Amino acid sequence: MTKVTMTVNGKPASGDVEGRTLLVQFLRENLRLTGTHVGCDTSQCGACVVHVDGKAVKSCTMLAAEADGAEVTTIEGMANADGSLNTIQQAFQDHHGLQCGFCTPGMVMSASALLADNPRPTEAEVRDYLEGNICRCTGYHNIVKAIMAASGQDVGAIAAE
Amino acid sequence: MYAFDFEKPGSIADAVAALKDEDAQALGGGQTLIPTLKQRLAMPSKLVSLTGIAEMQGISKAGGEIVIGGATPHAAVADGVAGDYPALAELAAHIGDPAVRNRGTIGGSLANNDPAACYPAAALGSGATIVTDRREIVADDYFQGMFTTALDEGEIVTGVRFPVPEKASYMKFEQPASRFALVGVFVAKYADGVRVAVTGASEEGVFRWSEAEAALSSDFSPAALDGLSVPADGMISDLHGSGAYRAHLVAVMAKRAVAAAG
Ligand SMILES: Cc1cc2nc3c(=O)[nH]c(=O)nc-3n(C[C@H](O)[C@H](O)[C@H](O)COP(=O)(O)OP(=O)(O)OC[C@H]3O[C@@H](n4cnc5c(N)ncnc54)[C@H](O)[C@@H]3O)c2cc1C
Ligand code: FES
Ligand code: FES
Repeated sequence: MTKVTMTVNGKPASGDVEGRTLLVQFLRENLRLTGTHVGCDTSQCGACVVHVDGKAVKSCTMLAAEADGAEVTTIEGMANADGSLNTIQQAFQDHHGLQCGFCTPGMVMSASALLADNPRPTEAEVRDYLEGNICRCTGYHNIVKAIMAASGQDVGAIAAE
Repeated sequence: MYAFDFEKPGSIADAVAALKDEDAQALGGGQTLIPTLKQRLAMPSKLVSLTGIAEMQGISKAGGEIVIGGATPHAAVADGVAGDYPALAELAAHIGDPAVRNRGTIGGSLANNDPAACYPAAALGSGATIVTDRREIVADDYFQGMFTTALDEGEIVTGVRFPVPEKASYMKFEQPASRFALVGVFVAKYADGVRVAVTGASEEGVFRWSEAEAALSSDFSPAALDGLSVPADGMISDLHGSGAYRAHLVAVMAKRAVAAAG
């Protein structure tokens, strides 16, 4: 066992992990932050995306020990300080960007990484960026729409109501 | 995953020492190795992370070549060489998805030498030099068949040097489920000739298509490839495409790459 210490959603967090403990296990099982989901466990689906030092990563494909000393943000850290939904989360609600909601934490984390890099992406850029986030419910249109709306763009012309 | 110890050295020398232990294995971005461990296809006693080694990170220029640290993630390559070597930047920018590109490293990709991976095509197509903790290996000697390279046990890819071509392009026909190349062709025009490297297609892994190189060296245009083809024999046949299909794609993607390189 080794001790890891990181900052998770702005707060210090530490715990004992095995070499093989994945970051997602540490988040879900040690810290009980179960908003980060495991959809595939094979690095394909993106349900487990979190930010490590500001970059989107698949937490099922990173060892907890690799995140020692890092700043980690999960979906639990995305709401506004008063607990209300942030702009991206609110846009998902407003534009029906989720159905079962399983993929949503990863979608929101990826969207937020995209908008940090590229505040006004085109529709094609949004779709390209979501390459590694799989949704079995929505057909993606409303997710794309929500992200475009969250970036302050007019979404009237995007398919599917 | 079987249990293993974890170490994160801060220098190449310490990493080399840590890898001397029996069954110790290097860990780059983990984007191939962690899925492999989950399937219990590997049983290292210890993983030695290369991500904390500053001397293996980043991009610099030296003597007309671009030097990329072996632990540099794909996303950093995509950003860092966009001005100097756009074809390489484009290739890096289309590996997997953004989260994979934030972790996966060039050294890990070259060490793994997946027959459908993108970087092997860039390295072979550019005549790159693979720099390790103990020697330099030219790309023509480095790739030795599917998942096989010239690396010895415990040898670390510390960097890669790419000579910058006059023109180049990489065209990848993506396998949509895996996002790897079903067939990818890297074409690069240098003052002394054209190099064409093909990934995704052959059972022997990445290879140079010398017939196309000769044709393009005298006439760098898509038409120069008219009538040329690679034999379907020895091409990968699987549920995603037959050998004949892949052989056909090689010529198509090569033409597209030449057209895009301009
Ligand atoms: C969803 C998904 C999509 C992908 N799509 C693509 C794609 O389109 N194209 C593509 O090319 N790749 C793709 N990949 C693979 C990805 O690029 C990997 O990052 C890469 O193949 C391995 O790099 P890594 O740093 O993650 O290495 P790791 O997974 O950490 O290691 C891989 C192997 O290399 C060894 N190793 C690692 N670093 C070094 C080093 N510096 N020196 C010596 N040995 C080392 C390890 O011991 C291990 O055997 C994809 C992966 C995923 C999960
Ligand atoms: S659970 Fe991590 S990518 Fe699917
Ligand atoms: S909303 Fe159900 S998987 Fe995306």
